[in-house]
Amino acid sequence: MTITEDRPASNDAAEVGKARTRKEDQRLITGRTKWTDNIVLPGMLHLAMVRSPYAHANITNIDTSEAKTASGVITVVTGEDIKDVQGVNANAWPITPDQVTPTHLPVCIDHVACAGEIVAVVVARTPAEARDAAELVDVDYDVLPAVLDLKEAVNDTVLAHPDLGTNKSAFWKLDSAEQGSGGNVDEAIAKARVDGIVIEREFRQQRLIPAFMEPRSVVVDPTGDQMVVWSATQVPHILRFLIAATMGIPESKVRVIAPDVGGGFGGKLQTTPEEFATIAVSRRLGKPCKYTETRSESLLSGHHGRDQWQKITLAAENDGTVTGLKVDLIANMGAYVAVVGGGVPVLGAWMYNSIYKFPAYQFNCQTVLTNMTWVDAYRGAGRPEATFAIERMMDEFAAVLGRDPLEVREQNWIRHEEFPFTTVAGMTYDSGNYEAATEKAKKLFGYDELRAEQKQRRESGDPVQLGIGVSTFTEMCGLAPSRILGQLNYGAGGWEHASIRMLATGKVEVLTGSSAHGQGHETAWSQIVADRLGVAFEDVEVLHGDTQIAHRGMDTYGSRSLVVGGEAVVRAADKVIAKAKVFAAHLLEASEDDLEFTAGRFQVKGTDKGLAIGEVALAAFAGHNLPDGAEPNIDADATYDPVDFSFPHGTHLCAMEVDTETGATTMRKYACVDDVGTIVNPLIVEGQIHGGLVQGIAQALWEGAEYDENGTLVTGSFVDYTLPTSADTISFISEHTVSPSTTNTLGTKGVGEAGTIASTPAVVNAIVDALRQFGVDDVLMPCTPERVWKAIQAGGAKPGVPAEGEREAAPHFDEGAPNDDRPATPDTTATTQGGAQ
Amino acid sequence: MIPASFDYLAPTTVAEALAALAEHGDEAKVLAGGQSLLPILRMRLNAPGIVIDLGKIAELQGISEDGDELVIGAMTTYAAVLASGAVSTHAALLSKAIATVADPQIRHRGTIGGALVHADPAGDVGAPALALGARYVIAGADGATRTVEADDFFEDLFTTAVGEGELLTQIRVPKHTGWGAHYEKFVRVSHQWSIVGIAATVRSEGGTIAEARVGLTNMGSTPLRAKAVEQALVGQPATDEAVRSAVASVAEGTNPPSDLNGDAVYRKHLASVLTRRAVLAAAGA
Repeated sequence: MTITEDRPASNDAAEVGKARTRKEDQRLITGRTKWTDNIVLPGMLHLAMVRSPYAHANITNIDTSEAKTASGVITVVTGEDIKDVQGVNANAWPITPDQVTPTHLPVCIDHVACAGEIVAVVVARTPAEARDAAELVDVDYDVLPAVLDLKEAVNDTVLAHPDLGTNKSAFWKLDSAEQGSGGNVDEAIAKARVDGIVIEREFRQQRLIPAFMEPRSVVVDPTGDQMVVWSATQVPHILRFLIAATMGIPESKVRVIAPDVGGGFGGKLQTTPEEFATIAVSRRLGKPCKYTETRSESLLSGHHGRDQWQKITLAAENDGTVTGLKVDLIANMGAYVAVVGGGVPVLGAWMYNSIYKFPAYQFNCQTVLTNMTWVDAYRGAGRPEATFAIERMMDEFAAVLGRDPLEVREQNWIRHEEFPFTTVAGMTYDSGNYEAATEKAKKLFGYDELRAEQKQRRESGDPVQLGIGVSTFTEMCGLAPSRILGQLNYGAGGWEHASIRMLATGKVEVLTGSSAHGQGHETAWSQIVADRLGVAFEDVEVLHGDTQIAHRGMDTYGSRSLVVGGEAVVRAADKVIAKAKVFAAHLLEASEDDLEFTAGRFQVKGTDKGLAIGEVALAAFAGHNLPDGAEPNIDADATYDPVDFSFPHGTHLCAMEVDTETGATTMRKYACVDDVGTIVNPLIVEGQIHGGLVQGIAQALWEGAEYDENGTLVTGSFVDYTLPTSADTISFISEHTVSPSTTNTLGTKGVGEAGTIASTPAVVNAIVDALRQFGVDDVLMPCTPERVWKAIQAGGAKPGVPAEGEREAAPHFDEGAPNDDRPATPDTTATTQGGAQ
Repeated sequence: MIPASFDYLAPTTVAEALAALAEHGDEAKVLAGGQSLLPILRMRLNAPGIVIDLGKIAELQGISEDGDELVIGAMTTYAAVLASGAVSTHAALLSKAIATVADPQIRHRGTIGGALVHADPAGDVGAPALALGARYVIAGADGATRTVEADDFFEDLFTTAVGEGELLTQIRVPKHTGWGAHYEKFVRVSHQWSIVGIAATVRSEGGTIAEARVGLTNMGSTPLRAKAVEQALVGQPATDEAVRSAVASVAEGTNPPSDLNGDAVYRKHLASVLTRRAVLAAAGA
């Protein structure tokens, strides 16, 4: 028993707040661990997928005869072969009752709706033999016209799924006047047209690919009483549920294990066709089977993210006070509505108004089907899109006013004394201090000095111009209160579960339903428990990712792990203490009221009598001397359902140098001050911020999935899908303010997505700020040098920035388009159409 | 990604390699550093019956001096070329260009000869080799060697003067001792192929350009040499204005590709900007 020696001596030794290096890093970094693809089972067979090269086609024949006779091949399975047992890739969040949701079969039977869909599965003794034989499967396709443009898709001229009769999947609306959380946005816009300012812009959220480090992999062992599925997934619990729900296998017979998982970024928040196909084939053969995707398959067939057109109308008074915000989205679902695909753009509904006090607000979202890879969560999921749009608009607004963009934001944001604040979208923000974060960020950034340099470069006509971009973001994280999810027709709850096992030797096992895939749960949870129970950090073991061990859980996404899962851990620990206290009082022959629990010891007040919690655990294990009727057990469980979201925020400032001769952009400086509430581990938070920043900056500058006119993914390898490396980024300045959340015990807010959400608009705002002098007011993402250079060339021909006092909104949207709010046609919001751009 | 199966041979002499090539004909693919071939095999864009690995042939590696020329073995890695004092002294342009190739891992595997024979127009060694007037020693099946002049080596996209059954053995680079050099590579992310690259090396005499050599990367189906620009630069002062005027026509007659990184019009524009910068940097201005 070493607990009493190792326990923290005083509060100075508190684990929470300590920049511990991560327990899990040695095994993760060296790869000496269990990745799914490392798992080898006796007699295991290997799968290779035959995939459609066409974006849209009917399958007229599949000839597997030659492949079946190839070396090492056990069999070749088609969709027809397993049609009754392959399950389905479910949509768990129908956003409207009448959502059009195409059936998403793991292995297609007669119709493929995007390139890369699986049409046959080859099973062989080795991966190489499976791959070789996949080339021998002869599939006849009747190629159909493909719809590849989401604005065209809305017109229903070419259908992604001809049997459905439309590409329009669902229309979802939030209106502040209708729900009673604010005024009428059309009236606000109409008034501003008369005596105020109206700004209308359209932005493109390009399609991105979540390029996690470990490609997806699945191993299925159907032998024995339970079927065991190892998968490189973010969501072992959701996967287990959906296997049971769609494949007709009793849930109690399914064990899902997500061993160490190498990143996800939302890209593994999915139940994949490959998982279901491997399960179906493995059960059919009664043999363990493995499928590991290649990187090319990952880029093509792992779900994609973003892909929206956003039309935004901002109304304001001439003094810079915002009066209304209207949002119209067309969101590309791709070929199918993925597990939470339709809900991802809708998550933006509460975020476009952001930190600003818009009195009137409306959000409209039309989801559409196309013949492209399906779209689902990607780091931030709906919130980066919203934040980009509003932060770009606030910079445009400041430009129209001819004022500093931070000053205009401050005029409109929620002041720190106004928290908790209920927004026009109906959310209640728990805490924050935008003034403090901004003040700190400006100092770290050297805002005034950089503005001076910018002015000097403009005046001297320097070929390298400087731009400064602002992003004062917030986000909602901690998915999610189950009652809200129920109101939104989401297919599950948002709670999280934790168990604490007090071992006889003084060690502590923590089981969490929030399955990490690189976030560092093992370290952070250990810190929380070490403090709460007064045990040594090293004595805490965190177990996760196996539905047989951590049997209840909702997994990891939406910056929920710490704020929801961490709170469950806290509550389980408090239950352990409460149970142990009864035992301690008995053993110490004292009244419970006379005991105090500090630093891991139950102490009889005013005496030197006491017991460490580990000693109580040993006594419970032995069971020799317990209170009458007590169970010999001080373990405890807690399931926590959050009462509300938490709302981290931050001020991000970015300086970009733009080489006006080539269009090349270079990041000069990036400073951010994030308020993520109480910080458990500053090192992990720093890592999340840095990685998040790079991912958001990459959307602004480098990444974009592109298809050709036939629906073939052009960016099908890392040669063309230009992920940045450390060589492409600079050192960021990242600090914090702390406004503890009021919605959980530790005061934490989520941080997993903050950097990604905040950084994209900061970068694009900086580029536009550098170019505004040339008459440029937007550059499509990714802001490639070619696009920047062409914007300068095209902008130079324009009259330039609106003159001081010029209040006309430009450009107007097309007549009849959803955001065309000209007084003559004030109410055209009932349907969403793709307006010309 | 798993390539289709193939046989593998690792000869230890050029003669053995040539004999194997003669035996297997177009079934064979030659493996140098593998930085292009292996991805091609793994993505199953090619499925040779046999891969002949030149990695164990000692005589193909190394750098030496032979009178007015540097002699670089075809299987010398980028990293070895980069580490060579002889190259940085006598053919600085090559060092400058190779320093920009991909990343350290690739530079330790990839070879100069492999890159030249692969002849990807976006590769970074073709244009400097062309600008420096490198000559190529090619060994044929009969054991005889022939030497191909710089201007005759690159024939088309992925096509050089190295014929079926032949191997590039040496690159002979005329010494440009005392010439300033700069390779201006334009990319979006650091590990990317050149969108456009400009190789410039200049001999200056008292602030005036006495001689200049300019090679263009990814401005056509092969590396290109801008001889008219080279001529126009002779006698010019190394000033922004003079060089700008001399290189203005650098993209004339070029046929660059259009892709996600930029269309041909943009690449032509880039070429003139980057050539000016490369020449000025090479001239030490």
